Amino acid sequence: MKNSLGRFVPEGFIPFKGADTLIKNMKRVLVPEVTTRETDKVIRTLSDLFDLIPITDGMTLSFHHHLRNGDGVLNMVLSEIKKRKLKNMTLAPSAIFPIHGPLVELIKNQNVTSIYTNYINGPVADCITQGYLKYPLVMDTHGGRPRAIESGELKIDVAFIAVPTSDHLGNGNGIDELSACGALGYAISDLQYAKKKVVVTDHLVDHVSLAEIEERYVDYIVKVNQIGDAKGIVSGTTKPTRDPVQLKIAKDTAQLIDELGFIKDGLSFQTGAGGTSIAVALEVQKRMTEKKIKGSFASGGITSFLVEMHEKGLFEKLYDVQCFDLDAVKSYKKNPKHLPMSASEYGNPLEVNPIVNNLDVVILGATEIDTKFNVNVTTDSSGNLIGGSGGHSDTAYGAKLTIITTNLVKSRTSMVKDSVTTITTPGESVDCLVTERGIAINPQRQDLLDRLKGSKLHLLTIEELLAKATEITGVPTPLEPSNRVIGVVRYRDGSIIDTLYQKSEEQS
Amino acid sequence: MLQNADIFQSDGVIFDLEDAVMLSEKDAAVHLLDNFLKSYAFENLEIVIRINQLDSEFSRVELEQIVSDKIDTLMLPKATAKNTNALSKMLDKLEKSKKMNKKIGIIPIIELASSVLEAKEIASVNRVNGLLLGGEDLSTDLEVERTEDGLELLLARGLVVLAAKAYKLDAIDTPYTKTNDEEGLNKDSSYAKKIGMNAKVCIHPNQIDTVNTVFSPSIQEIEYARKVVKAEADALSTGKGAFTVDGKMIDKPIIDRAKKLLDKAQRWGLL
Repeated sequence: MKNSLGRFVPEGFIPFKGADTLIKNMKRVLVPEVTTRETDKVIRTLSDLFDLIPITDGMTLSFHHHLRNGDGVLNMVLSEIKKRKLKNMTLAPSAIFPIHGPLVELIKNQNVTSIYTNYINGPVADCITQGYLKYPLVMDTHGGRPRAIESGELKIDVAFIAVPTSDHLGNGNGIDELSACGALGYAISDLQYAKKKVVVTDHLVDHVSLAEIEERYVDYIVKVNQIGDAKGIVSGTTKPTRDPVQLKIAKDTAQLIDELGFIKDGLSFQTGAGGTSIAVALEVQKRMTEKKIKGSFASGGITSFLVEMHEKGLFEKLYDVQCFDLDAVKSYKKNPKHLPMSASEYGNPLEVNPIVNNLDVVILGATEIDTKFNVNVTTDSSGNLIGGSGGHSDTAYGAKLTIITTNLVKSRTSMVKDSVTTITTPGESVDCLVTERGIAINPQRQDLLDRLKGSKLHLLTIEELLAKATEITGVPTPLEPSNRVIGVVRYRDGSIIDTLYQKSEEQS
Repeated sequence: MLQNADIFQSDGVIFDLEDAVMLSEKDAAVHLLDNFLKSYAFENLEIVIRINQLDSEFSRVELEQIVSDKIDTLMLPKATAKNTNALSKMLDKLEKSKKMNKKIGIIPIIELASSVLEAKEIASVNRVNGLLLGGEDLSTDLEVERTEDGLELLLARGLVVLAAKAYKLDAIDTPYTKTNDEEGLNKDSSYAKKIGMNAKVCIHPNQIDTVNTVFSPSIQEIEYARKVVKAEADALSTGKGAFTVDGKMIDKPIIDRAKKLLDKAQRWGLL
């Protein structure tokens, strides 16, 4: 079976029919929230907890990724699974990072046979690309994951929630102490809907002032020495790029946003934490300052640069699903209008009014983009898993202006293709592509093209950009993937937008 | 890096075969550049090659290989009137033997005290289309330290400007070497513009925007030039001999300057 973008969909999955098609006719299904009756919640060790619940073969365990590449909790649970020789476990971490390398052995030994996640890179991604995971990997979006959990589609037996500070009843937050990571937005649907909820903390106190994690949902608390490595908790890139090509892309992006009339009072804006994204934020900041613009909000993962803009009065509010650096954590603690949002409030397509739907402008990246503006952020052009949607598809769908920024040519490879290796975000949600060699506007957005008439920006069609890139790189020999399905890319509505394949022998 | 040479909106790009290339890599660099230029088409960009000193063992071989219709200008280090003339004659021969369509220009680098003193003779050589002040080597020759205010280069800058303008050539200022200091670059460029330089070499792509901004006519300058040109047209049509703009008497040099500025603005797409 093929979906509306012509991609194969394995049996048992719903094919993607368009960004809006299914959502429009979908009713929000909410399974009942699961609260607790436990009163004596503090358990001595994870091992005791496994015995108490008990955690057995075939269960589904979930995790959040707020500790990013410093996370210790998933690995602690894996160690227990290994020790107990549990089999056929399903894991549902909101993201998997290189630090989760110990999972490789458990996949190969079929202790873990099924995984749901929104983002994956490092050795676990490599292992799955090579075909070791027994059942297809399911790649969700940040908004799609809470949709799947709240509807009962993804049933979680036990949610392990790393919490930097917790009291003895389970009220907790991420703002204090050694493992402070800030807002805990990705954990909220797990907290509300998993059958059992376990807080794992390294800082147990008598009272917490701001409880993002509420005691009424928490069944058990396990205190460990350290839930993570603080060095890995802060996101890698939190400085604007100095790379001249990326700086040019950032400047052109800001100019484009300006010429399209979005730098105006009430602007709502989202960008990531990469060097180019931060450089775009700085350029937007300059223009907002010059024009004395007051924006309404910035959202998503929050960086020190967005905090700076908020504190200068350029954005009235920050909606924070996760903090990317310690300045963002400090701001979340002290600034009353730096507000937490759950992943559901952020991007769940069935929320009444998710934050993404109120975005004016979002700046996103791409590992590949094709002439239909479909974007790949899940695999590289050889089919290796290197990321995933995260909030890509959710924000691209919701924002009034979705801009993809990427070098046209990277490592002698064109980032614009006739057809992307994997579709993560459909072209219908993508409005503009900014590269160092020109800007392409999606022809579906005639309104934008009209507005840019007479612009001095270097506007080209995406086909012209592809031709320019090909002139430099030549035409690469297409890689034939193997036929073995290793996973699916699930759009935010639960339909399958693309399928992931094992790398063939000659590619490996 | 080579493949991105044409994306930064500079007027030209200088491929350096001299100081940026280690002695052991000279042959490879010429070969790489030659192949790159053959395979890559640049649009609206002056292609400049900084060759090795003319009396070095490399220059003749590299000239043989690199001079073609793919390039526009050669930049000559440690220029003197004598070696600039010699290069011009070598180019005469090469262009003839290679049956080239283009006439290659020369930008001599004025980076010796003796070159500053003969800047006028150097500027007069056939093919020279600009003079570049080489501040670092000149400071070494003068036995002075480079400073932020550039006082040590004041006279040299002035003489280069005078020689260039006397022959209607570009007066190109020495690069600002602190690549992370945007404010310093802005000050240095503004100063160079004020004393008559009309271009500046960048040593990092991140400098191009600032230099372009400083050396491009500003909106105010363009508006004023437009007023002057319009006032001149009005005066001519009404038979007035003298006229004022914003209370200032306008004479021929001001009109010429305004027209030049509007030409420049037109060429750079600023109108």
